[in-house]
Amino acid sequence: MTDALAIKGLAVVFDDFRAVDGVSFSVREGESFGLVGESGSGKSTVLRAVAGLAPIADGTISIGGETISHARSKSFYRRVQMVFQDPYGSLHPRHTIDRALAEPLAVHGIGDAERRILKALDEVGLGKGFRFRYPHQLSGGQRQRVAIARALILEPSILLLDEPTSALDASVQAEVLNLLEDIRRERGLTYVLVSHDLAVVTHMCERLLVMQHGRPVELLTSADLAARRIETAYTRELMVASQGFRREA
Amino acid sequence: MTNDAQTWRAWLTSERPASRRQARLGRAYAAWSRFADNRLAMAGLFIILALLLVAVFADMIAPYSAVTDGDLRTARLLPPSAMHWFGTDDQGRDIFARVVHGSRITLFVVILVAVIAAPVGLLIGTIAGYAGGWVDAVLMRITDIFLAFPRLVLALAFVAALGPGIVNAVIAIAITSWPPYARIARAETLTLRHADYINAVRLIGASPARIIARHIMPLCVSSVIVRVTLDMAGIILTAAGLGFLGLGAQPPSPEWGAMIASGRRFVLDQWWVAAAPGVAIFVVSLGFNLLGDGLRDALDPKAAGQ
Repeated sequence: MTDALAIKGLAVVFDDFRAVDGVSFSVREGESFGLVGESGSGKSTVLRAVAGLAPIADGTISIGGETISHARSKSFYRRVQMVFQDPYGSLHPRHTIDRALAEPLAVHGIGDAERRILKALDEVGLGKGFRFRYPHQLSGGQRQRVAIARALILEPSILLLDEPTSALDASVQAEVLNLLEDIRRERGLTYVLVSHDLAVVTHMCERLLVMQHGRPVELLTSADLAARRIETAYTRELMVASQGFRREA
Repeated sequence: MTNDAQTWRAWLTSERPASRRQARLGRAYAAWSRFADNRLAMAGLFIILALLLVAVFADMIAPYSAVTDGDLRTARLLPPSAMHWFGTDDQGRDIFARVVHGSRITLFVVILVAVIAAPVGLLIGTIAGYAGGWVDAVLMRITDIFLAFPRLVLALAFVAALGPGIVNAVIAIAITSWPPYARIARAETLTLRHADYINAVRLIGASPARIIARHIMPLCVSSVIVRVTLDMAGIILTAAGLGFLGLGAQPPSPEWGAMIASGRRFVLDQWWVAAAPGVAIFVVSLGFNLLGDGLRDALDPKAAGQ
């Protein structure tokens, strides 16, 4: 079976700064793969490089066994979509939800927009009443649902999730994660999830890669993590950090 | 009746618009209410609307012809009276009629300059800002070159080359007034191009042309409109200045600047000849400035985003 996404020796350089260096991993079809690390570890940059938003200095990225060229084709965007971290910044402030969802269909010349938009809204748990609202009339969680609907409307097979819940409060966070989990099960999607929160990644992903300073540290399964079969000190630190502040007894 | 108005308002301000049209109208209504709250802006709007009406109905409003000479023995340089509200000029023409007809020329200049300069500036600015790299460098250096010329001097050179006349004056003013719009549009585009919602459109595979035209330009338009409105006063003054120097509208055309120029000779004894068009220029410029200020508050994308 071919990997849905394979990355070999990826390096991303901004001016003189190597944001990502020598990262390799592969994600099987239908798998949910996590990238974990603290701020500035380069985990989001890896996603952006895959999406074509960050300059790739070295290494290859292949989707379904095909190595992708620097200039992404339209068919690439129908297979790979992304959900951004900040729901307040990822929706055009002057476009209604309707327009945000119609745009991908218009770009790819897909007909039947009316039905697809209603279906997409329904799928992410937003009713018809939200269709003609502007982003500023929605809450953070609702906006993130719209962003998910926009990514799904092109029916991609791989979804890149860049900290999709870190800007949301705890109860909404759980709702959105469950929604993503349901959608994945229904559609058999492949996820690459970036998060600084080990708990989220353990909940969502089967395998995960820990990153630090743009380099890979350790590849784990979530079972390893649950059983605390951790090899590096850095991962252990992250784990302690994710358990949060503890009052000394 | 009041009940009707209330239903309308409820429909416009609905949190759950049911159609594309309702969403758009609701947004326009919100901007209008912000604008209407501002009394000075409403005064500006009133002045500009009055200018429009005067220009449209000039033939009905003006009691005399604006261009044919009056009786040079009896009708020259008469002071303001019931017969001639603003008096008459040295050719015996009624100044009120000339000011009224001059509004058409002023509007013509203002609209033509806005129609030529604003789209050019917007297009060049957004393309430069979005493309970056050498495209940005080339476009912005061209902009700098045009920006480096003093407006009136470049306009003078153009009119000197093309010959005097109101159309040439308009072209000259348009050529010198687009660079600031390009600068504004570029600056705005630079802040937007790395926004996640622009990245998101890029990620659905939209072409750069589509991203600029449908996603970036709508966000830049409001600041350019505001700037154009505020510049209107300057444009009117430049046109009047060219007219004053004899390079804009040619006699007997009732252009306000040219009228001031001809009144200059008797400004001490027959002050009304120069005063009437001067006041007209002042009021219209003020109107555009007030309107521009109000639009800036009403169209501010940051306020609208909340």
